[in-house]
Amino acid sequence: MKWHEILIRYGEITTKGRNRKLFINRLKENLRYTFADIPNLRIRSERDRMYLSSNVDTEMEELIERLPHIFGIHSFSPVAQCEPTIEAMKELAVEIVKGMDYKGKTFKVNAKRSFKKFPMDTYELQQAIGSHVLGTLPGMTVQMKKPDIELRVEVREKAVYMMVDVIHGAGGLPIGSNGKALLLLSGGIDSPVAAYYMMKRGVRVEAIHFFSPPFTSDQSLGKVKELCEKISRFGGNIRLHVIPFTEIQQTIQSSVPENVTMTSTRRMMMKVADIVRKEIDAKAIVTGENLGQVASQTLESLAAINDVTTTPILRPLITFDKLEIIEVAQKIGTYETSIRPFEDCCTVFTPANPKTKPRVEKMNYYESFTNFDEMIEKAVKNREIHTFPKKKTDEFLDLL
Amino acid sequence: MIYLDHSATTKPDPAVLQTFIQANERFYANPASLHQMGVEANTLLSRSREQIADIIKTSPLQIIFTSGGSESNNFAIKGLARANKHRGKKILVSAIEHASVLESAKALENEGFIVEYVNVDENGVILIDDLKKKLTKDTVVVSIMHVNNEMGAVQPVSEIAKIVHQNSRAFYHMDAVQSFGKIPVQFNGEDGPDAITVSGHKINCLKGTGFLALRKQVKIQPIIHGGGQEMGFRSGTVAVPQDVALAKAVRLATEKQPQKAAQYSKWRDELHEFFKQFPYVRVLSSSQGAPHIISCAVQGLKGEILVNAMQHEGIIISTSSACSSKDHTISHVVKAIQVEPSYEKGVIRMSLGEGISDEDIASFKTAFSKVMHQVKEF
Repeated sequence: MKWHEILIRYGEITTKGRNRKLFINRLKENLRYTFADIPNLRIRSERDRMYLSSNVDTEMEELIERLPHIFGIHSFSPVAQCEPTIEAMKELAVEIVKGMDYKGKTFKVNAKRSFKKFPMDTYELQQAIGSHVLGTLPGMTVQMKKPDIELRVEVREKAVYMMVDVIHGAGGLPIGSNGKALLLLSGGIDSPVAAYYMMKRGVRVEAIHFFSPPFTSDQSLGKVKELCEKISRFGGNIRLHVIPFTEIQQTIQSSVPENVTMTSTRRMMMKVADIVRKEIDAKAIVTGENLGQVASQTLESLAAINDVTTTPILRPLITFDKLEIIEVAQKIGTYETSIRPFEDCCTVFTPANPKTKPRVEKMNYYESFTNFDEMIEKAVKNREIHTFPKKKTDEFLDLL
Repeated sequence: MIYLDHSATTKPDPAVLQTFIQANERFYANPASLHQMGVEANTLLSRSREQIADIIKTSPLQIIFTSGGSESNNFAIKGLARANKHRGKKILVSAIEHASVLESAKALENEGFIVEYVNVDENGVILIDDLKKKLTKDTVVVSIMHVNNEMGAVQPVSEIAKIVHQNSRAFYHMDAVQSFGKIPVQFNGEDGPDAITVSGHKINCLKGTGFLALRKQVKIQPIIHGGGQEMGFRSGTVAVPQDVALAKAVRLATEKQPQKAAQYSKWRDELHEFFKQFPYVRVLSSSQGAPHIISCAVQGLKGEILVNAMQHEGIIISTSSACSSKDHTISHVVKAIQVEPSYEKGVIRMSLGEGISDEDIASFKTAFSKVMHQVKEF
């Protein structure tokens, strides 16, 4: 079966008014970028639909497989196309159904005419096409409510579109249509999920990771890179800023009381992130924080950490249950990577009894004896930047 | 020497050996290790698993690398029966299974399982009515091989699968040691097996390689316990180079399968035709059977004599199977297909594989005629 094209229905974009075109163009660009490895891809957009096509069958299959991950798409359908004549429609309908496992299934034709001047009305169309299909391909029964196979026929002025599958898209808004934010990415389960939800709302995400060698290993950094690779599948590229954090972390250990080292560490991370955010012109900081999960995530802690900046800190997971987060992580494919057992910057220096209700004034007082700003500036300057998705080189290819 | 004993074992493919050596040189670290080298070895192992899973149509986590066919068969029978014993206590196997299936089933009798045998017709194909009769609600495992190793009979897999799945809660294990690379082997939902055994050394890989593949959602209990390697199903440090080599051999065998099957069938039919001129030779393999196994019986002679005589002419063949050739009893397969008593000791098997040419088949015919002249027509 050769599909002519894939019809894409926009999600929330359709509720937009005058700037709808901006959203549509953003989606189009994102698709071009994500499918850069599909050479024969053609994209055509209309006010309320977009069409993807390729003259290579395997590329079409690949598109169908990857489209459900792209934000800004409500649903899509592989579509066949024919001349607006009843003969052509009958022929195409049989060809489409023939390609499916139709024996013993229930069947229905659902016709629509947006071209009202077509000589037959919807009811006549349904009957003509349906009876032709049933007559040519025996073994199906007609059922109006919830049929196994629903053949949708759409009659427009210049062409007729036919489809059998409506595949759900990821919903949301095209990435980039809502600006850019900087994500604190530790390598745990939560932050990739936070990234997912921000991206779903159309925010382009860059990530920042705090790296404390030799306390944290290259594998732990490798895990973070792999997570970036996975997140980048949802569209758009992702830049990862790796901050050398060892010096700051060690200074904190020696300069503030043990039970607030964690709070202080978070505050320093936030300061670093804020400088990077300014440099890359992002408008907000995103974290995977979640109320009450660990000591740093009490309201008092969040307030003490938040105190170092006036930048909006967005916490999309703040009200989630841990199990809900895990479920999403599994769905978006980051869970397996996240649970790999490597030490990260948050687990190396954990105080035995961290303060769950740190006070802002006291934090400011403890930190006032050390010149952290200089260290922070240095760390930001010495950061490494990686871009994902990386071009793939397969070192195993010759072996397999 | 012309080697016509590929069902006993095959010569490793040079490309597969190359993979094995390179993997040993570059990725010898333990894939369970935390360090970078371990991670790389583990990535390579996962890729091998994925490659095989793609070909055989299941999830990578359902491919368990083993040491070969016998271990996979032991694992399948014992592991499936034990993990699912709440479903019933009966194990059904065909009368012509490989010893590793028959003996595994028999060993389970000590744990309260009951073993019954499904009979076959004279072509070695199982009697569907007998299967239907013996398949009861309390059957837990059915093990019927894809291709018989001694005379090449091909079983109606999808029909068996349908019967098993529609009439019982049993799992259908298929020993595909002889069929892989010769006829297509894949999972196929309810219309296919639930577990598949494949051995590496029968498809030009190394001895000591193989896997058991499970259909998605099928539960099994390990028989080798320890550090929890292979998703906890088979402990012991994973033999990464062997498994990578196996993944390559599986790919090569699958790619070559259609072309090889056509070639072997042609030679098989040619040899079937050739044997007709000898009134005292009875062909046991059928033209409906596997493309690469030809077996026949010579009246009043011992197979061993024929093997020796043919070897003298530079041609390597075997008696019914390599596994049973050293004990002098008559093979259970030969008994099951009811070969007449005057023929049953004289069974020989020619099995085709890589590297055989038209000339080799011609040489075989010349040699066979010569040997027959020596031993029968003097």
